[in-house]
Amino acid sequence: MDNSYDAIMARKNEIIKNAVGMDFEKFEKPGIGFDYEAMMEATGYTIDEIRRVQSLFSIGNTPLIELKNLTALARKCAPEGKGARIFIKDEASNPSGSFKARRACTSVYQAKKLGYKGVVTATSGNYGAAVACCAAMAGLKCIVVQECYDSHGVGQPEIIEKARKCEALGAEVVQLTVGPELFSTVLQLLEETGYFNASLYTPFGIAGVETLGYEIAEQFRQKIGKDPDVVVCTNAGGGNLTGTARGLRKAGCNAKVIAASVNLSGLHMASDNQFNKKSFTTGHTGFGVPYSVNPDHSDVPRSAARPLRYMDRYVTVTQGSVFYITECLASLEGLEKGPAGNTSLAGAFCLAQDMDQDQCIVVQETEYTGAGKHLNPQLSFARQNGIDIHFGDPKDEIPGKNIILPAHPSLIRVTDLDLDHMRKSRIKRAVGSHKDELTDEDIKFLIEETNTDEKFVRDAVASL
Amino acid sequence: MAKKGDWVQIHNIVLPPEERSSALPEDTKVNPLEMWVKGYLTEDAEIGEVAEVITRTGRHTKGTVVKVNPYFEHNFGFFVPEVLEIGDQVRKITFGGED
Ligand SMILES: Cc1ncc(COP(=O)(O)O)c(C=O)c1O
Repeated sequence: MDNSYDAIMARKNEIIKNAVGMDFEKFEKPGIGFDYEAMMEATGYTIDEIRRVQSLFSIGNTPLIELKNLTALARKCAPEGKGARIFIKDEASNPSGSFKARRACTSVYQAKKLGYKGVVTATSGNYGAAVACCAAMAGLKCIVVQECYDSHGVGQPEIIEKARKCEALGAEVVQLTVGPELFSTVLQLLEETGYFNASLYTPFGIAGVETLGYEIAEQFRQKIGKDPDVVVCTNAGGGNLTGTARGLRKAGCNAKVIAASVNLSGLHMASDNQFNKKSFTTGHTGFGVPYSVNPDHSDVPRSAARPLRYMDRYVTVTQGSVFYITECLASLEGLEKGPAGNTSLAGAFCLAQDMDQDQCIVVQETEYTGAGKHLNPQLSFARQNGIDIHFGDPKDEIPGKNIILPAHPSLIRVTDLDLDHMRKSRIKRAVGSHKDELTDEDIKFLIEETNTDEKFVRDAVASL
Repeated sequence: MAKKGDWVQIHNIVLPPEERSSALPEDTKVNPLEMWVKGYLTEDAEIGEVAEVITRTGRHTKGTVVKVNPYFEHNFGFFVPEVLEIGDQVRKITFGGED
């Protein structure tokens, strides 16, 4: 078998088809679109069935915690009468320590049902631990492929901790230096082992996250007697937001869904020199923006994570603000959690200050913390890498150069990304060279992809 | 000298610089794509020698032995004084009456 990069990539479609047990071709439409809902339904699971499967793995039903002290702090920073109640869904209490358990569980269950002997997943993040955890419970083998080191063999402490956790849960961890060719290594392993591709982006994975949104609506109705007004989701590849928003909708909840990412603009994600200059390995704009405008560049032909369909607003926060709020959560609420998952918390802390006091804003996750994956080692590592860390105004933060810890909590602000601009980029991507052949069905697809209307799409197409 | 059955880490060059994706930034493209895997040695081997291992999933794979009994060294980092300062500040604002 020819295992050169080009030869493996040429066998991509066939390998993926065998490794996901799903033929993505059948959802393709004649034009530029595909039938997203049909693809989601092809999992064959209703939300009740997914909840049942997750309960077999002791996943879900995580606590919803009201952050009263943090709300009090936000109100001290807010205009008179402002400052919504802030809640957090403690997803770190899932097995494996993050919401990713929900996502992994459905994939692993499916792999087991279809008779695969093991699962392979490509991720440097919490998802690897989640797949390893569920594979352990299901008695399947597990290989996790990580982008971990720069060319000097220096690894991000947060990623090394994930490697440790995956190994602790029985997985084989394959570690690589920086570069998107990781995908060809994954394909080669899938081919060699015949294992299931527990991709982050299959309908199984995303359907697994729907229970998170569904639970938020249920818990709010039970505890508070009404629906939340805003749900903030830390956004990278878009599955967290997509699944949560779909779950909220399935529960009939109309809360606004706001995406939040750490601002890493100016840093190139495939750059060897810059790899260890960033202090966040997920939840940042380096993934969040490209995956929103082009969801289909993942490891499956059509991604089930399509966040532009669901987000009402997309804000960024700075690295320093997220570290700061992580310390606030520990100091004021007694909750010590991993920084990346607190991206949406930094956003919510600011957003709450524009809302009335009787309104409710939900941070839909926390993640576990530990050696390497904690604000202290992450700040320490940044300092060792020449990043200037000081107190000041976060608006002066330059990713890769400095980390500015807010001198006062009122300096934690969000910056809005131009969602219409991203929607137009999505349209440009999807249309490609087919501008003059678009059918009504294509236009309908683009309206759904961007959560806009016919006028918006036709204007955007005309301006291409 | 590592013995047959020892738990080791092996290293491989997956792609030399000239075979890497053309879409990479220059600073990445000049380096090879490298890979590390852990497993049990199937034969005695010296560090720096190519040897075969059996991984946790039972795969047989080869590479240059780089470490015997590899272990994790990540920790909670050096003292970062700013962390204490943040904690003190927000406690004071929230509970201590500063407005
Ligand atoms: C804790 C945590 N929050 C949020 C995210 C972002 O999820 P997604 O990539 O689905 O947008 C991740 C994924 O890497 C994560 O690990």
